[in-house]
This record gives sequence, C-alpha cells and structure tokens, in this order.
Amino acid sequence: MKILVCITHVPDTTSKISFTDNDTQFDKTGVQYIIGPYDDYAIARAMELKEGMGAEVTVLNVGLAETEPTIRKALALGADDAIRVNAEPEDALFVAQQIAAVAKENAYDMILMGRESIDFNGGQVHAMVGEMLNLPSVSPVMKLDIEGNTAKMTKEIEGGKEYVAVDMPFVAGCQEPIAEWRIPNMRGIMTARSKPLNVIEPVGDGAGTTVQKFALPPAKGAVKIVDSVDELVDLLKNEAKVL
Amino acid sequence: MENKKAIKGGEFLIRETTPEEIFIPEEWNEEQKMIAQTCHDFIDTEVFPRLDEIDSQKDPELMPRLLDKAGELGLLGTSVPEALGGFGMNFNTTMLVSEVTGKGHSFAVALSAHTGIGTLPILYYGNEEQKKKYVTKLATGEWKAAYCLTEPDAGSDANSGKTKATLTEDGKHYLINGQKMWITNGGFADVFIVFAKIDDDKNLTAFIVEKAFGGITMNEEEKKMGIKGSSTRQIFFNDCKVPVENMLSERGNGFKIAVNILNVGRIKLGAAAIGGAKAAATAAVKYANERKQFGKSISEFGAIKHKLAEMAVKIYASEGAHYRAGQNIDDAYDAFVADGMDPAQARLKSLEEFAIECAILKVHGSEVLDYVVDEAVQVGGGMGFSADGPFDRAYRDARINRIFEGTNEINRMLTIDMLLKRAMKGHLDILGPAQAVAKELVAIPSFGDDGDDTFFAKEKKVLQNLKKAGLMVAGGAVQKLMEKLGDEQEILMNLADMLAEGYVAESVILRVEKLVKMRGEEACKMEIDLARVFLHHAVDVAVKAGREAIYAFAEGDEQRLMLMGLKRFTKIEPMNLKAARRRIADYMAEKNAYPF
Repeated sequence: MKILVCITHVPDTTSKISFTDNDTQFDKTGVQYIIGPYDDYAIARAMELKEGMGAEVTVLNVGLAETEPTIRKALALGADDAIRVNAEPEDALFVAQQIAAVAKENAYDMILMGRESIDFNGGQVHAMVGEMLNLPSVSPVMKLDIEGNTAKMTKEIEGGKEYVAVDMPFVAGCQEPIAEWRIPNMRGIMTARSKPLNVIEPVGDGAGTTVQKFALPPAKGAVKIVDSVDELVDLLKNEAKVL
Repeated sequence: MENKKAIKGGEFLIRETTPEEIFIPEEWNEEQKMIAQTCHDFIDTEVFPRLDEIDSQKDPELMPRLLDKAGELGLLGTSVPEALGGFGMNFNTTMLVSEVTGKGHSFAVALSAHTGIGTLPILYYGNEEQKKKYVTKLATGEWKAAYCLTEPDAGSDANSGKTKATLTEDGKHYLINGQKMWITNGGFADVFIVFAKIDDDKNLTAFIVEKAFGGITMNEEEKKMGIKGSSTRQIFFNDCKVPVENMLSERGNGFKIAVNILNVGRIKLGAAAIGGAKAAATAAVKYANERKQFGKSISEFGAIKHKLAEMAVKIYASEGAHYRAGQNIDDAYDAFVADGMDPAQARLKSLEEFAIECAILKVHGSEVLDYVVDEAVQVGGGMGFSADGPFDRAYRDARINRIFEGTNEINRMLTIDMLLKRAMKGHLDILGPAQAVAKELVAIPSFGDDGDDTFFAKEKKVLQNLKKAGLMVAGGAVQKLMEKLGDEQEILMNLADMLAEGYVAESVILRVEKLVKMRGEEACKMEIDLARVFLHHAVDVAVKAGREAIYAFAEGDEQRLMLMGLKRFTKIEPMNLKAARRRIADYMAEKNAYPF
C-alpha cells in the first residue's frame, strides 16, 4: 500500500501574527513553524496503517527550502521519504495542482491531509485534489479503517456523524481523533536526515488569486460588568445598538 | 579544533577564551532542536496533566509507567552507545535532554536518577557482560535503576558507610548487609547500584544488585517538602546474595566510582535546574501579564519588571555556561578517543578534566532555579503562596537541588579544593598569574582606558580584572593560611562564589559576542542587555565575597593593600541597569514567556 500524506508548514498556534508591505505580506520574522496540527493526525494515521498492515508513506509539502525542518519532522515521525515542491503555497488551487501532479506520477492508494491548514484555513485542497484526480474526497474524517480494497470512514457532519465507504484510491481530510497524536522518537529523529527528501519544481501557472490586503481582527475592548438585566438590555439597545 | 582541544579544566581563570572557542545554545542544529521539542512534547502531554496524581503517589505504577513511555521515545538511552541499544549522543545533547525534561518536577528526578546515577556506573565501569546484561535493559526502560550510596550516618562523608559485603564460603557470592537512605526510585527499581565495604576495607566497593536477588526490604515512601512524586525509600539489605561477577570494577574502587558518577550528574543537574527555571519564569511572565491591579497588568510595574528581568539575566547566563562547559567536555572526549582511549574511559576522563566547571554549574544552576522560583512566588502574590496556584510546586520542588548530588556547600569547597590541587600538581599554572597580580598590586595602576573600542572591549577588561581579583584573594588566602585553608570553610565559600560568578559572567559575555558576530548587533540588543546586567551582578558578588575573605584572613597594611586591589579589580563603568532590566522585562511581557 502506498500512502501520500500532504503536510502544511504553518505558524505555531501561539505566534503573534503581523503583516508588512501595506498589509499584503505575512511577516515571518521570529515566527516558529510547525506541521499543521490536522496534518499531524493524518501522518499519525498513516503510521498506524503502516505498522498495522504495511505501507510505504511519502510526505509532500509545497514550500520553499525553509520548510525542510518541518518535512524532516514528518520523516522523524516515520514517513519513508518526502517530496518538496519548490514553491510558495500561494493558494489552494495552486497547491492542489501540485499534489495532483505528483499523484498522477505515482499510484497512491490514498492521499491523506489535514482537514484544513491553520494559517489560511481554506479547507479546499482535499476537495480540489479529488476533483483533479477524479477520486472520491471525504472530509473531515474522524475515523479511517481499511478493509480489503475499501476505506470505511466516519465523517463529522453538523449535529452528528456520517459513515461512508469508498474504494481505494481516495482523498481524505483528517482531524482528531483519527489517530493517536505522536511525538517523534529518538530513533526517528536520528534516521530522518538519511531518508530521501526530493525537491521538484512546481507545475502550472501559479496562483489564481492575489491577496489585496490582510486585516487583523479588531482588538478586544474592555469588559464591562453590569449589575442588572435592565442595565444590560439598555446597553445592548443604546450603546451596542444590537437590539 | 586544535586550539579547542587544548582547553583544560579550570583554565578559564588564567586563560583568555575567545568566542569562537565556545559553543552557544543559539547554535543547536535542527536535529538537536527536534530532540528538545520531543522532550517538551513528552513533558507537556504526558507529565504536566498528571502532576497532582504523580505527587500523590497513590498509584505506585504511575512513575514506572511514565518511564516506560519515556523509554519508548528513546529518552532513557540518549547517553548509551548504539551497540547497547541507545543513541550515543554527545554530552551536550544529553544535557539538552536533561534541561528540557528538567521542568518535569518529580518525573524529572526519576528520569535523571535512572539515566544518570542508575545507568552510568554500569556503562562506565561495567565489563562487557555486565553492560550487555544490564545497560541494554536500562536503556529501554525494561528495567529501572536506583543508586544506593547514602546511609543514615554517611551523607556528605560517603566513604564512611557501614554497609558490609562478605564473601560466602564457596566464594561465589557476596552477602550484603546494611542500610541505605534517600534512595531515589527505590520503590520500583529492578536494579540497584550498591556501595558497600568488603570486610574491613577502608574504601567502598560497588555492586550491581538485582531486586530479584532477595534480601532487600524497604520502608514506606519518605514524606518530603518537595518532589513528592519521586519515590524515595530507605532500603535494608539483609544477607542479600550477590554473585561475585556482579562486583562493579574492582574491590575498593567504589568511592572513586561514586565520586565520578556524581560528577557526571552535577552539571546535568544544573542544566535540569535551568530548564525548571525557564518554565517558572514563563509562568511568572504569564501571570504578571494576566494579573491586573490599579487598572493595569502588574508586568507594567517597575518592581515586577525588575524581578522578571533578573530571572532572565540569571537563566541566560547560567544556561550559556553549562553548554560552554558541555562542549569542552565533548571536545576533550573526542580528543581522548582520537588518541585511542576506550570511549567509556574517555567519557569519564573528559568529565574529570572539567570537574571544577561541573561543580560550579551544579551550584549555579540550582541557585538560579531557587532564585527564580522564589521571585515567581513573589510575582504571584497571594496566588504565589496558594497551593492551587502555579508556583507552589515549583517552589517546593526546586529546593532539593541545592542538597542532593553533593550539597552546594560541598561543591563550593570541591571547586577550590580541585583548583588548588591542580595548581600544586603543576597541571594548572595559577601560581604565576597570582604572583603577577600580587606585583601589580604594588605597582602604579594604569589610569584611563587603553582606547580599545571593539565590541565588548570594556566588558572584557572587567572580566580580566575579575579574574585578577579572584587570583589575588585566593593567592592571599593560600599564602596566609596554607594548609589551614581547608578548615576555613567560610573563606572557601567566598572564593568559590568569586570563581563561579566570574566563570558564568565570562560565558555570557562570550556567548553574546559570538551571537553578535552571527546576527549583528542590532538583532542582539536584548542579549547585550542580559550580558551587561549579569556582569554587574558578578562584580557585586566579587566585591562582597572578596571583601569578606580579605577581612577574614588579612590584617593591617596587607588588608588595606588587598582591599585597594579589590576595589581596583572590581571597577566597572556605570550603566542604567534599571533601564536595561525594563527593556528585558518588556520584551518578556510582549512574548508572554521566557523568550531567549
């Protein structure tokens, strides 16, 4: 079985976010990067499948050389090899095109990734990749089991769960509790640097969208403690003007 | 590289070190950072959610289970060579593991006792069979280890232990009889390193004792001020039958083993304390940002800024000194191995070479931690004192670090004792420089600066003078008191303080000098502040300790001359320390953590 796990290289959840160039560029200075937390679950499930039934796991990232430490962390978690598509992941369409191009060259039985990245939170790439490859795409997947040639998945839907079955190959956007989150062990870390990390150039014409401007959410105002419901209603009516 | 290898232990006092010769934590490579991250993740996810449960000791299986999990990640085998199932990491990397896991409270103690004093005696002194049989299992955590040296009447005076080992008539076993105290991991250990005297020997002999050998009983868990989750037992050996092949090294070699193994543990204990201090400082910053009084966060008040900044200054300086010494140890190890020495032997030799630095850093790291947790409680105010607050456990758990693995008093005395012994053996030329300083004392002092305006030139002059102050006071004390100096423990403490703060100050100045070369001055403003504030602190310590020592051993003209010399050698250009601390504290508040 061959599994492709697509990972994002995203700012640590505690990072302070700011922008430069008239709020059109994300300011990377001093930012710590991690594997996207949802992608982490996709890797963990791939590793469980590898341990349980044997699989060859490749990780893929669309990013410049600066993402290699993040990719090597995925290798430390147990992936066998890695591909870096040497380009800035400018939008979902562009990233999906890169993944689809790699997938066309290699017969993967499944393509796993996080349900969404935690930087732009587009949540579109898995659907686009499915479309481009003409494969079923399921997300957000909380449980994934393989029986013969069929993948049985539990998907989170509004107010409940949906149980789906698809034939391999397929695409899935993962989230917890699909697998037990993993910490790279010493052996994994020490073997990561000797695993292949292939760098390839991107395909296509680049991003379809351009960012005109980023804006931070407005700063939280001071909290006002009110003594009575009447006062609250009055404030909501006359000060906040929401009633 | 040649130059690096030539650095000798204790030599910092008489040798000018260049920034290129030292390793700084900003140079950790990607792999080392990943190892550190794994340690953080492990402590954050497996240990921190269970701190109360660990400290309650209600489930005696919890700690060994956590050690098993650490073993699965490979954290128990970092120092163990690959051939024995470990990862054969260099010393500095294993110290990084100690540092990061050091925030793990009682778990950190269990981990370091197992991997350090539990495993290393066999790794360094065991024969091939012993290593294969025990170290492989200890490296994975299949077996847990404890170290039994201390007895009710033999603490700091370890060689006075009364535990006996007697050969059985058939010559196949030793029967061990005696009582050991304060045995970390005692409650669940499978293997004990036991020190006992064979017949009426003067010196101890070490044995590898399996719990399964029988004849071992223990008291209930000790009730302690801190590290309440760490298993600490009193252990009784009653005709415990140990096969003769389980003697470690040779008969009578036990005290040497005990001393050398404690020496390895010392610097790592300092590093673990620094890890704990970073976590406590971060908790203090977060609390200071959250807590509002008089309409603003208390991190905006000068008195609190002072505390936060001082925490960072001390942590940053001490951290750098640890890894500077760690690199020296690694370089010495590489040189010994290149000369054909057996790796285990080389590891011990390299640590022995830097035993002075190891003792200094045990003291320094543990006292920085105590300073930080104390001030963290203060930042917390009422919440600092609350047992439900974030600082109570840190405060209590920190305290043991000044006591175990050789009290800080013993280590201070060792620092000076080792230095003087090396001088007397001719390994370290302290006499020459000390005489030169004595001459300088009576010569006309040079006024004004020498016009050197290179980066940190003035700070380096201060360092050079601090060393002179140390040499002057130590030289004076030795000359005056001769062999009686050993009985003047108070003066030894003064000398050790001057030496330690001087070493750490030099380390932080060199660290920041190297960092500036790597990143440019503009990017290192905070670090430059940290280094300068620490240097002032080191000068203050030298003034106070030096004066006390001089008052104690010198009189009349000699005293006056030395006090004048001390004044001259502790001169430092004024700087606005308050403003520097505010800059540091504001940066910490902005980052909401210990950020360096």
